[in-house]
Amino acid sequence: MSLTLFNVVLAVFIAICFVGANAAYLVWCERKGAGLFQRRPGPMENGPWGLLQPPIDGLKLMTKQLLIPGGVDKAIFMVAPVLAMFPALISFVTIPFSNSIVAHPIDVGVLMIFAFAALGSMSLLVAGWGSRNKYSMISSVRAVSQTVAYEIPLMITTITIVMISGSLNLGDIVQSQLGGFWHWNIWPLQKQVGFNLLMPISFLILFVCSVAETNRAPFDLGEAESELVAGFHTEYSSMGFGLFFMGEYANIVIGACLTVILFLGGWSCPIGDLGFFPFTHNVGWFLLKIYLIIFVFIWIRWTFPRTTIYGLLNLSWKYLIPISLFNLLLTAGLLKVF
Amino acid sequence: MGGYFTDLITGTKSLLDGMWVTLKEFPRRPVTLNYPHESVKMYRRFRGHIELIGDEEGKPNCIVCSMCQRACPSGCISLGGVKPEGSKKKVLTSYILDFTTCSLCGSCVESCNFNALQFSNEYNLASTRKEDFIMDLLKRLEEQNQ
Repeated sequence: MSLTLFNVVLAVFIAICFVGANAAYLVWCERKGAGLFQRRPGPMENGPWGLLQPPIDGLKLMTKQLLIPGGVDKAIFMVAPVLAMFPALISFVTIPFSNSIVAHPIDVGVLMIFAFAALGSMSLLVAGWGSRNKYSMISSVRAVSQTVAYEIPLMITTITIVMISGSLNLGDIVQSQLGGFWHWNIWPLQKQVGFNLLMPISFLILFVCSVAETNRAPFDLGEAESELVAGFHTEYSSMGFGLFFMGEYANIVIGACLTVILFLGGWSCPIGDLGFFPFTHNVGWFLLKIYLIIFVFIWIRWTFPRTTIYGLLNLSWKYLIPISLFNLLLTAGLLKVF
Repeated sequence: MGGYFTDLITGTKSLLDGMWVTLKEFPRRPVTLNYPHESVKMYRRFRGHIELIGDEEGKPNCIVCSMCQRACPSGCISLGGVKPEGSKKKVLTSYILDFTTCSLCGSCVESCNFNALQFSNEYNLASTRKEDFIMDLLKRLEEQNQ
């Protein structure tokens, strides 16, 4: 794809639309899912099945006053929500939705996504610091220590996949898994992963880490209402809060995309390319897979209560990091042998 | 190191058990009611505030004997009646219940010998205005007759 100005503007426009629509309607899905898991109907009042709820919520957020508490560092306070939203948006540039649908394939796509994910946790720190509120501060410190703890196993697991496919380009990683579902990286007994029996565990680690990275329940220590009011966005109103919210849901989509690309074969058709429409490698399969993963995110959120901060850090440092490190070494050895 | 792998395995299993519980509930019908649009039917023996019982023509059974007024420990019932020309019985003209002081003891219903009082099934009684609790039961009976 040529990098003309028109293409760039179009890609950015489509990315913003995709992220915005996703954020709005994932909130609806979340509320509906919460309802159904708890045997309530969920949003019902506005439109059929409450489908008009997200635009109305958005309108409400936009028309509210953006309060800036006295004594805060204004510039930092204002920049934090933008910083939360913008990396999530940027990460979509390099995510391949199918063979041809990718805004700009980058050879170090994986690296770029992790770089911007790290920037996302900085926005939490900036928000907590800028709010001049001790609860926000504690919350952001927690959120950052959590993100740091979970980024390590996430990256180690990703390195495992990068070793298997021999590329940091997300498109190439998917290309190496094309074919039927038995070619996906999650399955242990195939030559490309060196018959590594720990691949499903590896997938589980990546999945747990991507849940933790989005600061969602049961890992939402940063938003523990009973201890920290509302966490780092306590002082934010109107679209300041709205941007944090959208950033969170954009991050969920990115986490799901990453899981699908690294382990579930991206846009590949589960039963192989049969040559006629629904059963070719196309974008539909990719979207189906990411929304299935997002469903599991919602399912997890409404099943488990919040963990403690010790339990959270223990899980990462005691289990996920040693196991993912062991898996990394094992994969390296097996790839050398086979 | 003791219990490291046991913790891991039992922990994972208990998490999966939990997820199975919620997944089973997911496709089932909601157990809640869509409150403002539908509400629970109150039990027949629910003791709400009192109301008058009417006869077949819709006239109150009450003969204005004032037994309920005397039985009420909080003094929240006040009723009035007139004796029309050429009639032996009194006719009820007003029956006001001050629900702000009523304790729902039921002494009024017990004391009534003419089957003129009963407990209503009304339970949506929240209001921000005091006047809403000064109830004209005669008017309520007329509304019920319509």
